[in-house]
Amino acid sequence: MHEMSIAMAVVGQVEEAARAGAASAVRRVELQVGELAGVVPDSLAFCFELACAGTVLEGAELVTRSVTASARCADCAGAWAVGMPPDLCCPVCGRATEVELLTGRELRILNVTWEDAPAADSCREPISEEA
Amino acid sequence: MCRVVDLQQAVLAKNDGAARALRAELASRGTTVVNLLSSPGSGKTALLERELSLARERGVPVAALTADLATENDARRLARSGVPVKQVLTDGLCHLEAPMLGRHLDGWLPEGTRLLFVENVGNLVCPASYDLGEALRVVLASVTEGEDKPLKYPTAFGLAQLVVVTKTDIAEAVEFDEAAFRANVQRVNPGVEVLLTSVRADQGVGLLLDRALAVGSGTRAHAPVMAHQRHEGDHHGHGHGHEHGPGHTHDHDHDHDHDDHDHHGQDHGPGHGRPDPAVAQTR
Repeated sequence: MHEMSIAMAVVGQVEEAARAGAASAVRRVELQVGELAGVVPDSLAFCFELACAGTVLEGAELVTRSVTASARCADCAGAWAVGMPPDLCCPVCGRATEVELLTGRELRILNVTWEDAPAADSCREPISEEA
Repeated sequence: MCRVVDLQQAVLAKNDGAARALRAELASRGTTVVNLLSSPGSGKTALLERELSLARERGVPVAALTADLATENDARRLARSGVPVKQVLTDGLCHLEAPMLGRHLDGWLPEGTRLLFVENVGNLVCPASYDLGEALRVVLASVTEGEDKPLKYPTAFGLAQLVVVTKTDIAEAVEFDEAAFRANVQRVNPGVEVLLTSVRADQGVGLLLDRALAVGSGTRAHAPVMAHQRHEGDHHGHGHGHEHGPGHTHDHDHDHDHDDHDHHGQDHGPGHGRPDPAVAQTR
């Protein structure tokens, strides 16, 4: 169950970005999780909620975009969904010497939705809330 | 005002960065790290104890770090080999992470260590996601665990650079189907070598040491298909071996686990650590 470690890494990275971007609250985090990333999305969602507590991400929604694992064989120029458990040998030639994984190992933060902190000495016109 | 910010960051970027730095630092000190993963009870410690003893007999400077949730039992067993051993207690954490390993090595890893064996927490799920800066990742499975183990834990077996079957002395009694096991390994990790070992029957003992020494001497370790996902705009592979020239750097994010580069020529300052054959233990 390393989803807690993963959740804490996500929260840590978003916290850093939010601090740098002077965000006051993070509302939503969109994550890309490949089939072969070794992460269980439900477990991650549970841990994410706990990891967000007491941070600028408190109450933030986690949106997980799963990515199907696929590979291609340079010899046969074919691509296939490797499935789960994955079959990484080419279904056409049966070999794997020229097989390349195209997708499936993703574990990325795609984007974050946050609220900007009101600027301290802004010269701009005040911007109305548009959450 | 609410706004959407494109972060595009690999979640494990920090661990992967720490692993790359550790790999480079240890390479500059002449140390090769071997990361051992398996289920609890697969015989990691028994095999490792034999390999460490063998290394000592052959005069190869090796060390071992073993991670468990609790107890120092494994370190005591490994220390019987007479090589420097350190027990890390993870206090419940199911895996090791690269920065954690780096901290434990700091001030402990004896100078001149050629091979450092890291016995990861017994678990085939979580440790698979964390690069520890190893040059060789080994996954072990005992014959009692079933031929379909590689299919049940595809990430662990899919990222292995060497697969070791243990306890082959009881293979017949438990009706271990070697051909089926090999086929399942090849399905998730085509081309990876599978070694058969039995500490009790003295089968295959020393092979792990040989393979680790070979990688330490520059032999390219197996590059699993799963470890090298194509990146957009990526026109070259990321091998486990040393295929990049000195100074080759990547400043973009990598979201795959294994990303081994050649770091020769990088100076990471004077080494630290002194030989201490006694069992060290740290939380």
